[in-house]
Amino acid sequence: MTSVQGSMRFQGSGFRVQGWLRSALMVFAGLLLSGLVAASAIEPFPFDDEVQEQRFRSLAEEIRCTVCQNQSLADSDAPLAQDLRRQLFAMLQDGRSDMEIRMFMVDRYGDFVLYRPPLAGHTILLWGGPIVLLLIALGSTIVIVRRRRKVL
Amino acid sequence: MIRMLLPLIVFAGLLVLLIFGLRTADQREIVQSPLVGKPVPEITLPGLNDPETTYSTAELIGEPYIINVWGSWCWACREEHPYIDRLGREAGVPLVGFNWKDEREDALRWLNRFGDSWSFHMVDFEGRAAIDLGVYGAPETYLVDHRGVIQHKHIGPIDATVFEDLMRRIVQMRAEADS
Amino acid sequence: MIAEFGQVSLILALVLAVLLATLPLYGAYRGSDTLMRLAPSLVIGHFVFLAAAYVALSVAFLNHDFSIANVALNSNLLLPWYYRLTAVWGSHEGSLLLWMLMLGGWMLAVVAFSRTLPREFLTRLLSVMGIVSIGFLLFTLLTSNPFDRILPGPTDGQDLNPLLQDPGMIVHPPLLYMGYVGFAVAFGFAIAGLLGGKVERDWVRWARPWTLAAWSFLTAGIALGSWWAYYELGWGGWWFWDPVENASFIPWLVGTALLHSQAVTEKRGSFPAWTVLLSIAAFSMSLLGTFLVRSGVLTSVHAFAHDPDRGLFILIFMAVITGAALLLYALRAPRIMTGPGFDWMSRETMLLINNVFFAVSAAMVLLGTLYPLLVEFMGWGQISVGPPYFGAMFILLMTPIVILLPLGPFTRWKQDEVMRLLRPLAASAAVAIVLGLIISAALGAWNLRAITGWIGGIWVMAGAVAWAVRQWRGTRSGLALHQWGMTLAHFGVGVFLIGVAMVESMTFERDMRIAPGQTVEAAGYEFTLHEVAQVKGPNWRAEEARFTVNRNDREVARMNPQKRLYHRGGQVMTQVALRPGITRDLYIAMGEELDPASGAWSIRIHIKPFVRWIWGGAALMTLGGLISAGDRRYWRRRRAESRRADTAEVPA
Repeated sequence: MTSVQGSMRFQGSGFRVQGWLRSALMVFAGLLLSGLVAASAIEPFPFDDEVQEQRFRSLAEEIRCTVCQNQSLADSDAPLAQDLRRQLFAMLQDGRSDMEIRMFMVDRYGDFVLYRPPLAGHTILLWGGPIVLLLIALGSTIVIVRRRRKVL
Repeated sequence: MIRMLLPLIVFAGLLVLLIFGLRTADQREIVQSPLVGKPVPEITLPGLNDPETTYSTAELIGEPYIINVWGSWCWACREEHPYIDRLGREAGVPLVGFNWKDEREDALRWLNRFGDSWSFHMVDFEGRAAIDLGVYGAPETYLVDHRGVIQHKHIGPIDATVFEDLMRRIVQMRAEADS
Repeated sequence: MIAEFGQVSLILALVLAVLLATLPLYGAYRGSDTLMRLAPSLVIGHFVFLAAAYVALSVAFLNHDFSIANVALNSNLLLPWYYRLTAVWGSHEGSLLLWMLMLGGWMLAVVAFSRTLPREFLTRLLSVMGIVSIGFLLFTLLTSNPFDRILPGPTDGQDLNPLLQDPGMIVHPPLLYMGYVGFAVAFGFAIAGLLGGKVERDWVRWARPWTLAAWSFLTAGIALGSWWAYYELGWGGWWFWDPVENASFIPWLVGTALLHSQAVTEKRGSFPAWTVLLSIAAFSMSLLGTFLVRSGVLTSVHAFAHDPDRGLFILIFMAVITGAALLLYALRAPRIMTGPGFDWMSRETMLLINNVFFAVSAAMVLLGTLYPLLVEFMGWGQISVGPPYFGAMFILLMTPIVILLPLGPFTRWKQDEVMRLLRPLAASAAVAIVLGLIISAALGAWNLRAITGWIGGIWVMAGAVAWAVRQWRGTRSGLALHQWGMTLAHFGVGVFLIGVAMVESMTFERDMRIAPGQTVEAAGYEFTLHEVAQVKGPNWRAEEARFTVNRNDREVARMNPQKRLYHRGGQVMTQVALRPGITRDLYIAMGEELDPASGAWSIRIHIKPFVRWIWGGAALMTLGGLISAGDRRYWRRRRAESRRADTAEVPA
């Protein structure tokens, strides 16, 4: 029974209880509905200090759980998320840097796991788009006000 | 006039994107593995029937093989089992079972009940090696060529269509290995 | 029988909507008074049949009519009657019905409160809303019929998702839909205005209270959703930048821009085309939100069931409605007049800047939400865009708004001087900096986010108060209702800001292991677990942990988080224990039993400082919006104006 809760909780407000079981997600149903793997997002890790705990939390929050609908490692109680949290903790204990840990995840699961997409060719529009748009909008504002001043 | 049409043009672009999104919604459930096209990570794990023996992916280089991730707790694994049987008989390459996050007794009982068509099993109880392999659910099936490079990964249970596709790829891998 | 009754009612509502969308509109085109006079009656009939369908489904839920698929899937014999009533909108089909009922309700309200609008205008407005209603009715009848039967019906139903068996969920969707649907009124005004080609200032004034009301409902709906997620999902977060949340936030941002641009257009006649465009955008974004939530196009924590057919339908509907509206805009907008000039330092410029930042923010959230699709479309792989992106971008775009907000109301229309503004606001600024630093230090919140949050929040609040005080002194009659509303809403922004800054920078959160009899310490509070007991509810049983919380050896709270097992669906849910407070919330969620021998459990303790201020601020904004909407200046003297509007044609 234990991990039914796993599945239900990361369905979030699973309006899709029915549709979900029938859907392509059936693939993971086996994993999620299995009764053998107890899982929970709530796990007390023996951190060395507060700094480490803080790093753990912020990393877990910006790494996406691949099997869940849209959840970070910190929020998910899927078995894989549990394993990945354990791995994350072990790497912190190992003294690895945040960057190394992110790379570790990306190497295995792809860019998809990063909630903060790296600045690269294919994300230039994402990061730059709003800035460019803002500049255009502010530029237009200047043009508009100038024009309107003339008819003052 | 062009300026006034701008919102309409942007909106049309948005529509195109959303139509595309709608058509590919099902595929998007599946996260592509970055490991396809890369050498399979070196994984050394104990066996299932023979816990004293260790198996390593390093030893398998030289011929193509299949890795199939499964667990006795996994419903969909039961679903694809007939095709695993056929793979074991028809593929002509080693079919490695990757027993993931399971209990030894449960796994053995499961094999007893449904049949064991795998060449041998590696046991990853902790799930640590699975992370290196980029596993995120069971069942998953990997095709590795004779150079030890992952050529293909199928996520989810194998059905008739997937089976045909896998067989086609395996034949191709074998041909490459022979030449 | 009841299902067929509901079904027929829906079909009749559709017939009336079709009549409403055609006959009176033709009447307005031909100047036929007889045809135009039909509109109000059709609206009433349309609402009556929608209400009948809605009541029919409610009755089916109350009577456990499991031969109706929707009832069988979302209710069962154990479900208490009040959740059976709210289960009506717990599913995709039922929530659509609620949505349409509200659209019908808004139309009815327009008929009731806008009798003094010029008849042609009112007719066009109602017809446009009728067209919107046709789309939704067809959508419901063709793809998502809530009255579908399964024969023979099961003896008992499944269950309403336990997450929805909660008071917060009773009110969240209706409020949200009120907001979404409310923007249809603003949309209707804009399209009716474009169709008629009349002077825009008048209809913008008439549209304002409707927009304000819709915006207020949307604000309340979003805030309630956030509050619900906070206590129900058990993660202690209040906003996740999930696609579904973004789907409601984009219309909110556009709606906020619209409110402010309407102010300029109504008072000064400037930017009418922009106001029209925002009116179209606000409602289109509501439709887009509906599409995102119900099509399964984006992976989200709280989406409805996937259904590409439904998705396709909404997409086509959106293409027709928004496409036609934008085409009309392209054809008609250039004829719209431009209004008088203004200077750099003027209320017009201020509101223009407001619109720049809100519109760009909306575009940013839309871009971030859809970017994973774009990346895939271009074949660049798969990426995720999550809270780190949205958070950083949003702070960047909203900081100027926070700095400039208090200046806006002080600035005069047309022309003003910087020095005149700085004098009254210098005091606010000084107060904000000094008080902000003192409070941050006193709370031990000595970090950049908390300090800037306090300074920014107090700056906004003090600015709002300073403006109200000056206005109060300057005029004999005191503040008008819409001025009270604005002051309250702006004050709420400050409150919200402080809440966010404190929660984001000072939250204590830790996962712990605790056995009965043990005490753990968390940020000055001592949590003692006494026992873990078995308890029973109407349709669930649970393990309940009994905590007492002490501070300085005084008991401050008893808290009993639960882990519930729902009988019917077999779902396990965490029910968090919350002790709300003005300056902090205590929050316990149960994890797993770690060790049956000692009875040890994993638990998560959060201490969330000032988290209530987030929703408090939103409540003030809601209240402000509603108060403004009630101002008589938007409603009175309509008759005289409408006569003027009839005669005043647009300068070509």
